[in-house]
Amino acid sequence: MKVASLELPELKEYLYRTGLYLQTGPFTVRLHGQLAPLAKTIQLLYGDFPIAEGEVIADFHISLKRPINLRYWWRPQVLFHVDGRTPFEPFPLKLAMPLLEWGMNWCIATRAHHYLMLHAGVVERNGLGIVLPAYPGAGKSTLCAALIHRGWRLLSDEFGLVRIQDSKLVPLPRPIPLKNQSIEVIRAFAPEAIIGPLFPKTRKGTVAHLRPPTLSVERMAETALSSVIVFPQYKAGGPTVLEPYSKAYAFLKLANSAFNYEVLGVKGFKLATEMVRSCQCYALSYGELDEAIVELDALAASLHAA
Amino acid sequence: MRLNGALSSADQLLLDVLREPTTVLTFQAREWNLLLRVARRARVLATIGEQLEQQVLLEQLPLKAVEQLMGAQALVNQRQRMARWEINRLHRALADTRIPCILLKGGAYLLANLPVARGRLFADVDILVPKAYLETVETTLNQQGWEGVKFDPYNQRYYRRWMHELPPLRHRDRQVETDIHHTILPITSRLRPDPNLLLEAAQTIEGTAFKILAPVDMVLHSATHLFYDSDLSDQLRDLVDLDSLLRHFSRAASFWEELMPRATQLELRRPLFYALRYTQALLGTPVPFNVADEFKSQRPMAPVRFLMDGLVPGALFPGHPDYPRWLIGVIRWLLYVRSHYLRMPMYLLMPHLVRKAVKRIQK
Repeated sequence: MKVASLELPELKEYLYRTGLYLQTGPFTVRLHGQLAPLAKTIQLLYGDFPIAEGEVIADFHISLKRPINLRYWWRPQVLFHVDGRTPFEPFPLKLAMPLLEWGMNWCIATRAHHYLMLHAGVVERNGLGIVLPAYPGAGKSTLCAALIHRGWRLLSDEFGLVRIQDSKLVPLPRPIPLKNQSIEVIRAFAPEAIIGPLFPKTRKGTVAHLRPPTLSVERMAETALSSVIVFPQYKAGGPTVLEPYSKAYAFLKLANSAFNYEVLGVKGFKLATEMVRSCQCYALSYGELDEAIVELDALAASLHAA
Repeated sequence: MRLNGALSSADQLLLDVLREPTTVLTFQAREWNLLLRVARRARVLATIGEQLEQQVLLEQLPLKAVEQLMGAQALVNQRQRMARWEINRLHRALADTRIPCILLKGGAYLLANLPVARGRLFADVDILVPKAYLETVETTLNQQGWEGVKFDPYNQRYYRRWMHELPPLRHRDRQVETDIHHTILPITSRLRPDPNLLLEAAQTIEGTAFKILAPVDMVLHSATHLFYDSDLSDQLRDLVDLDSLLRHFSRAASFWEELMPRATQLELRRPLFYALRYTQALLGTPVPFNVADEFKSQRPMAPVRFLMDGLVPGALFPGHPDYPRWLIGVIRWLLYVRSHYLRMPMYLLMPHLVRKAVKRIQK
């Protein structure tokens, strides 16, 4: 059963009472929160996602509640609870959705140590998995958002989940947060894309969430093999160049970008080295999304032919 | 004697699993959802995972449960790596001074490879040194990169004058805190165990100049720390440690014979009484004598016992993750006051509590 198959009142019932058991990639999240606007946004962004009808073992039990304090009426707030704890300061009530998304990321990054978690976007086409490690200025979310509207499957825009036993990439196709100018860029780039409400004045500026393509969500149980690591760097108006990147540097950058490299110790080291050894490594500087995509498509085609 | 009246259903579930790990084989999703959360909150998730792994039960468990158990184990392993390294660095810094240093608690469990160390989430390094060498140790560490963590002058005075340890130190390149103790309870405390006795009986371990406490002293220290130096709040993990230590050391025939006289010698019979009473009642620790009889004249009075029986279980356990109870807040507050009352006399306690309350409101 999917979220979209529920009418809004039914969805609210789940969210307000027993909790909604939502399947996002390999993680089952139990969501609970008595917030009407949040229910609507979840219906919009998570429509294609499966839900469980009864109780299942959840990876995270998340609850969004309005704290009972002096600010209940004036500039109301919302607090993120996970397993009975509140790891963050309260957010303004209007920013409940960004809080939920960031909170879920935090839960995953601090707990899912049965994966090596890279801070990277991951896309796939014709069996070719590309890992796009995140660095400031890389523009990975925007690039991912563009790629998935030009024939690439979304595995994730944030978490490169590398399964420990076989190094396969595990999909986590969640809504993609777009910031500031990127929102309009993607709207223009892909008019068919569904973008959720705008949330101004977050810590990162204005944020809106892109609904992941239905096909990507439906294929979320399909792992991919990592074949290529590409380090993107966006430079407005700059030339678009795809060139090979030193594996030594690639290893350092990949390990540094991981959320839990240190937690995994030796295992993390071995996984990262194996990945860099078996993948082709490139650096991509680009000034236009279309040009970047042309380069990556060409790369995919040449590797597919080989 | 079962003392679990104040426990929520989630706490009771956790208790059942701690007492008998195979209980999880009967679990449905509902029970797993509760157990995984309370156990994580109580910091015993990895401990349970270890026990299940040892009994070769993991294959029979649902994948999602195993993933969370393994995730908790990964975190434990990382902390243990950090701890070992910190102890290694401390050893390097202090070895030349030839000052006798005893590793306490987690550090000792780790280096002595005790069963209690398995799955245990490590936090700080605790070391006991003779009071006369305290300044030398602090200076030596400062010179080699360790810095004080609490800069507030009040906290500095508080630690140096009244407490049993220096303000915490941390090496500038790392995150692990080190606490240097000169005795095991604050100097203002009602109980005064003589640290020299502990130092004299300390045992060596292979490969390091650091020593560890003798088994009976380890148990007594753990008991004293939990019942006389903490507010018991969320400290179930410490009770589980005690249970593990007792079971492990019980294998030596002489352990129980030595424990009681040593407790008398160190004036720690009261904390030992509580330790044995609650490990036995809650975790089923096998104690080879009747605790009530053995402690006859030195037990706390009936009203105190009754009160503690009501307060301790509720405070130790984390509580139900979905239905917190205000009563637990009251219980914890009472034990918080108790812990301070035990640490310092009234004339020091009142201003200290007032100051703490003011600070919290300011925040």
